[in-house]
Amino acid sequence: MSAVGTATVSSGKALNSAAEAIHVENLHKKFGQLHVLKGVSLSARDGEVIAIIGGSGSGKSTLLRCINCLENPTSGIIRVNGEEIKLKADSHGHTVPADRRQIERIRSRLGMVFQNFNLWSHMTLIENVIEVPVHVLGVKRDEAIAQAEKLLARVGLAEKRDVYPAFLSGGQQQRAAIARALAINPRVMLFDEPTSALDPELVGEVLKVIGDLAREGRTMVLVTHEMKFAREVATHVVYLYNGLVEEEGPPEQLFGAPKSERLKQFLRNVG
Amino acid sequence: MAPGWGGTLLVGLLHSLEIAIGATFLGLLIGTAGAFGKLYGGPVTRDLLAVYTTVVRAVPELVLILLLYYAGTDLINQVLAAMGYSRVDISGLAAGIFVLGFVQGAYSTEVIRGAILAIPQGQIEAARAYGMPPGLMLRRITIPAMLPFAIPGLANLWLIATKDTALLAVVGFFELTLATRQAAGVTKAYLIFYLAAGVLYLAVTLFSNVIISRVEAWSRRGMPSVKEAR
Repeated sequence: MSAVGTATVSSGKALNSAAEAIHVENLHKKFGQLHVLKGVSLSARDGEVIAIIGGSGSGKSTLLRCINCLENPTSGIIRVNGEEIKLKADSHGHTVPADRRQIERIRSRLGMVFQNFNLWSHMTLIENVIEVPVHVLGVKRDEAIAQAEKLLARVGLAEKRDVYPAFLSGGQQQRAAIARALAINPRVMLFDEPTSALDPELVGEVLKVIGDLAREGRTMVLVTHEMKFAREVATHVVYLYNGLVEEEGPPEQLFGAPKSERLKQFLRNVG
Repeated sequence: MAPGWGGTLLVGLLHSLEIAIGATFLGLLIGTAGAFGKLYGGPVTRDLLAVYTTVVRAVPELVLILLLYYAGTDLINQVLAAMGYSRVDISGLAAGIFVLGFVQGAYSTEVIRGAILAIPQGQIEAARAYGMPPGLMLRRITIPAMLPFAIPGLANLWLIATKDTALLAVVGFFELTLATRQAAGVTKAYLIFYLAAGVLYLAVTLFSNVIISRVEAWSRRGMPSVKEAR
C-alpha cells in the first residue's frame, strides 16, 4: 500500500497549493460482519479529478457514498471544504451524523450522480433540476428556471425540459441527472459508476458530458469501470482492492506502469 | 314518494358524507403517521402500531363502533368527572368521525406503508444526497412518489367509508340508512325508500369514481402507460 492522504500529484496540473475539497482519513466501514473499508484515505484538491477503480466488492462505491454519509462510516475522519463531518454513536452503537443540519448543508453542495440516475419520477426534467436550488438552497424560482434551462441545453436536453424521466433513454436520464447535480453549483461532484447501467451505445454521450466538466476544472470524485476514460480525465487514480488502497498515483503511472501485481491483473482482466 | 321524506333522505345523505369525508381525512393522517412510524420508527413505536393495526383489523367494525362510541364517551366523561368538570354530550358527528377515522387509520397505515415500499428507493436516496430535510422530503418526494401506488387502495377505503357510515345507525346517528328506515317505517313504502337509498349510495360511488380516476391519472403523470409496456 502506497502513501495515502495528501499524495503528491505529479501530473500535468500543479494543484498542490489548491485547497482541499475532500479529505478522507483512515475510513472504516463494516456491514455487520463484513469489513468493506479497512482504513482508506483519500484527498481531492480543488480542480482535481480523482478516479476510484477496483474490482467488484472492492469498496469503491461504499467509499464514495461515505463522503456524503449516504453510508455512515464505522470510523474515520471526513472533511469537506475543511469542515469535518461530526459523527456520533447512536443507541445501537452505529456511527451516524451528529448534526443533521450540518450534514444536510454539506450534502447540498456535493453534486451526486448515481448509477441508476435516480431522477424524481413525478417531476419533469426542469422540475428535477430546479428542485434542490429552489427548495433546499432558497434560490428564486425564476432564477433557478433560467439556470436550469442553460444546464439542460448544455447537456443537450433543452427540448426535453417538460418531459418526465420515464419517457427518456438511460443516457438522456443520466445527462439530466448531471444537470441536476450542476444546478446546485456543487463544490465537488461525486459520480457513482455513472455509465454502468447504460446500454453500450449510450455510454459515449454521458462520458462526453463528464469529460467536458473535468476539462473545465470541476473537482470530481469518480467511481468508474471505464478505464480508458479514467486515464483520459483523471488527475489522480486510486486502485482499491479488498477495502484498502492497493496503489494510487497519476493515471499515466497507474495505467502505464502499475507496480502492484493485483492492479496488473485487474487491468489485464478489464482491458 | 311522499313529499318531505325525500328531503329527509338527502339530509341523511349529507350526514353520511360529512362522516365519510371526516373519517377518511382523519384516517389519512393516522395512516401517514402510522406508515412512517412502522417503517422508520423505533421498536416501541413499531410494536404499538402493530398492536393498533392488528386489533382494529381483527375486530368487526360494528363491535368497534359500539365499543368506541359507548365506552369511549363514557371514558371521556369519567375522566372529565375525575378532573372536576361536568359531563359533556359528545356530538354524534364528532364521535362518528373519530370512530370511523380510527378504523380507517389502521387500514390506511397498511396501504400507505405498502405504497412507500413501492417507491424506487433511489429517489429517496437522491433526496437525502441533496440535503433535503425530512419534512421537505416527505412533502416534495415521498408523498408524491408513493401516491400512484396508494391511490387504488385509498380509493377502496373511501368507498368503504361512505358505506360504513350506515353502521352508525346502530348508535342512533341520523345518517342515510337510519333516515331511510324512518321514512320507510312511517310511510310503509319500504321498496321505494330502500331503492332510493341504494341509488343515492350508487350515485356517491359513481361520482367518486370520476374524481378518483382523475386524481389517479394526475398522480401517474410521470409513468408510462401500462398498455405500452404490454
